[in-house]
Amino acid sequence: MAKNVVFSRLRRLEKNERLEDDLSSSCDSHEVHVLAVDDSFVDRKVIERLLKITSCKVTAVDSGRRALQFLGLDEEESSVGFDGLKVDLIITDYCMPGMTGYELLKKIKGSSTFREIPVVIMSSENVLTRIDRCLEEGAEDFIVKPVKLSDVKRLKNYMFGEGREKSQDRGFNKRKLQETSPSPSPTSSTSPEPSSDSSSTSSPSKLRSPTSLNSPTRRFKTSNHK
Amino acid sequence: MEIVGQLQKQYVDFINSLFREGYLDDQYVQLQKLQDDSNPEFVVEVVSIFFEDSEKLLNDLASSIQQQVVDFKKVDGYVHQFKGSSSSVGAQRVKNACVAFRNFCEEKNLDGCSRFLNLVKQEFYLVKNKLETLLRLEQQILQAGGTVPLIE
Repeated sequence: MAKNVVFSRLRRLEKNERLEDDLSSSCDSHEVHVLAVDDSFVDRKVIERLLKITSCKVTAVDSGRRALQFLGLDEEESSVGFDGLKVDLIITDYCMPGMTGYELLKKIKGSSTFREIPVVIMSSENVLTRIDRCLEEGAEDFIVKPVKLSDVKRLKNYMFGEGREKSQDRGFNKRKLQETSPSPSPTSSTSPEPSSDSSSTSSPSKLRSPTSLNSPTRRFKTSNHK
Repeated sequence: MEIVGQLQKQYVDFINSLFREGYLDDQYVQLQKLQDDSNPEFVVEVVSIFFEDSEKLLNDLASSIQQQVVDFKKVDGYVHQFKGSSSSVGAQRVKNACVAFRNFCEEKNLDGCSRFLNLVKQEFYLVKNKLETLLRLEQQILQAGGTVPLIE
């Protein structure tokens, strides 16, 4: 059992070193500010911690409505040039009472001010048609819950880390994809997945952990079903 | 130091049994990874929220099932929430019970829903008990001056 104790001490050291790496890599003047939206208190607490531990600033709200209010997009409140903290990323749960994550996504992408903010959807249900819908509506990525530290780290890295140039390319490709009729994205290095009738449980772990160019979410984007 | 060693062994044996018996899954380990000196109470906080949330959900579930006319969509909504939160803390057996429960909601099977509400309740109180024991052990280790072993 002494082995376990040593193991745990080593792990903590390792973890602290990793944390420092994260901090130093995001040593730009601007700390990434994430708006997290989830109606579940438990999930809010977890996502908040996941984001903080990867050196992000977090604002966590419990509904799409409140998210829009925070952004200054709520129709009922006059958006008097809301000058709050700039939001770099929105991560939202899909299933929420009132406004779903999908509806929130549409509202954001429909706003000239905020449409450039990347939106990531989280869901406990690994449903291809749902994922497709979100991606087609402009979601940056789709994470299957429960969310892990590796999901958030990966997300942060390819969106705000070294992958930043790549994300610009992705942006270009995404727009190109939307302009032309559905055709395989030049960045996807593997052949497109078969249409959505395939089992929704195929490789859920892959959905959870995209890499920048080989993102399986990009594969789903290229499916021609409609 | 012997006390610390004993407590740590107790802890490791206990948590391993929880994984083995399916009470907890990897997501619990994920939560532990998020705890550090800057946030030493993280797991306790999340678990406490889970306990509170769950009690409320169980009450809501009970009353929704006892209605004259049962709104199965509403029931399913509660179960979905419960499934989500239990999954987020790694309470595997609760989550699995919720998954099965939802099938009965879909089938509008009142008897099945009733039975599974009881099962979910049972599983919840079981894991609550186990987690309380686990967290108490952690406290004891820390108080004795030791560190809590991290299981992978």
